[in-house]
Amino acid sequence: MPMPDWLRSRRGKGADTRDAALWSKCPVCGEVLYRRDLAANLFVCTKCEHHFRMHAYDRINMLIDGDFTEIGAAVQAGDPLEWVDKKTYPVKIAGDKEKSGLSEGVVAGIGTMDGFEVALGVMDFHFRGGTMGTVVGERLTMLLEEARRRHLPCIIFTASGGARMEEGMFALMQMAKTTAAVTRLMDDGNLFVTVLTDPTTGGVSASFAFESDVVVAEPKAMIGFAGRRVIEQTIRQKLPDQFQTAEFLLEKGAIDMVVDRHDLKNTLVRLLQYTSQKQVRALQQVQDKL
Amino acid sequence: MNNSIVERERGLLELERRIAELRNANVSQPVDMSAEIAALQQKYEELQREIFGHLTPWEKVHMARHPNRPTSLDYISQLDRFDELHGDRMFRDDPAIVAGFALLHGRPVMVMGQQRGRDTKENLRRNFGMVTPEGYRKVQRLAHTASRLDVPIVTFIDTKGADPGITSEEHAQSEAIAKCLYEFTEARVPIVASIIGEGGSGGALALGIADHVIMLEHSVYSVASPEGCAAILWGDATKAEEAAARLKLTAADLRAFGIIDEIVPEPLGGAHREPATVVSTVLGSVSMALQRLGAMSTDALREARYQKYRRIGAWETERLEVIGTSR
Repeated sequence: MPMPDWLRSRRGKGADTRDAALWSKCPVCGEVLYRRDLAANLFVCTKCEHHFRMHAYDRINMLIDGDFTEIGAAVQAGDPLEWVDKKTYPVKIAGDKEKSGLSEGVVAGIGTMDGFEVALGVMDFHFRGGTMGTVVGERLTMLLEEARRRHLPCIIFTASGGARMEEGMFALMQMAKTTAAVTRLMDDGNLFVTVLTDPTTGGVSASFAFESDVVVAEPKAMIGFAGRRVIEQTIRQKLPDQFQTAEFLLEKGAIDMVVDRHDLKNTLVRLLQYTSQKQVRALQQVQDKL
Repeated sequence: MNNSIVERERGLLELERRIAELRNANVSQPVDMSAEIAALQQKYEELQREIFGHLTPWEKVHMARHPNRPTSLDYISQLDRFDELHGDRMFRDDPAIVAGFALLHGRPVMVMGQQRGRDTKENLRRNFGMVTPEGYRKVQRLAHTASRLDVPIVTFIDTKGADPGITSEEHAQSEAIAKCLYEFTEARVPIVASIIGEGGSGGALALGIADHVIMLEHSVYSVASPEGCAAILWGDATKAEEAAARLKLTAADLRAFGIIDEIVPEPLGGAHREPATVVSTVLGSVSMALQRLGAMSTDALREARYQKYRRIGAWETERLEVIGTSR
């Protein structure tokens, strides 16, 4: 398997050297953290255990054993609405690429986790707020279709403000498209797991994020359909702090588990173990036919 | 500004009343006022064309929200028969969704529609057509039943968006919508959706995955309400008019994009001017689509539905050698 440059550069050295800032301040407790220590601690504050929003590349580096074969990396955004406000949409996208070091809001591909081959998609809030437009929808759909073709389990990490306004109805329809691919993957008996990270809202939470077999969330992640501000404006009162956190959703029965980032990979691997026999059988059937 | 269409329409209605009065008087009195009536009639028609001839996207938003615009129940009441079914079997019955078995031109269908109120009292009961998770779970349940029993699904979409309240979040609004999308994608029967008013975001799409999507000429369908979009992008909901212009939310735009399949024209002045005609035209279109779709095998139907959504937004995709089988 080929290894993308971004993954190679992260292997062995810990933190990404491209990262300009050497220090990061924890937005919750205010502790100033040395970037390399933070990376070594999987971007969890060493003082208060606040889970920082992770870069997709760091996330994949944390989860995948060796190589990672990207899917859909060449798929690039169009400008279907020819959107202009203060900037044109292509200019906004160029800015996000520059800022995030990503080509779009999701990185998808195939790799192994503790020896289990998986299809893995990781969304990144740093690119246009993780919003889902046609590229995110297309890459995830390609990932789900490839997982189905290869009888692989699929894990998607979500981080999203919802559908991307600048792509209008094309963005909304990605909810339908990804759902269609999810139904086929699941109908064939493949495991589908979603991991909801901070934040997961709108069109992403209201589609594939909540269609999986197992819904995992990171501690304190904000998860909901409507944004906090929209609700507060609608009901004209302040919401309690705990509202729409992962822990709140767990209590309400909306998600399966809240897992600390240090235990995340082990938890996912355990889930893969429960269904691996089925995968082996499915692969055998394919081989028998050949 | 906010009710521009309704405001401007008021002058028109006044003129209409005057013409009717004169007509009545003309019959009962010896003086001939035909010339005066004709002049007023001409003025009326000019004004009507001026107001409704070229609606901007923002004006269409108001048209879609017009208090007198036919609602789901106006369509459902014109079906041959309707037996309403209630409840999500878990918590409550959501009055913002009206659903049940019905006969459309003699054909059994499972009909479901978002229902806003036609006055303040009804709007409060029906939550302005904003559906709660319980309503979406009623939709899922009945879509599943319809699929099992081989009864086609007919939906009417008319909502600003899903309910954004505290209880809805506590009852997992996201999950409720997501599972509607799942259920509609999986359904083994034809689905025809009609956007009869406002189609706002995921809350509308929950009833919108269909083999044939019809839209009334002045309905709107968007990724978020114009107010919501303006708030999200510019932190200012009052810029809704600008958002409406940018979002490409009109029936003509969406037909050109291939996101909807058919536009049903409205009379000058809007659907509420001739509701009976509009309702029967829409029902006729639904019926025709069902007839065509009914001829397809289940597998072909589901494959066509998959490909229909699979294609949206793949226009710039280089068909890459997705991945080698190197292992």
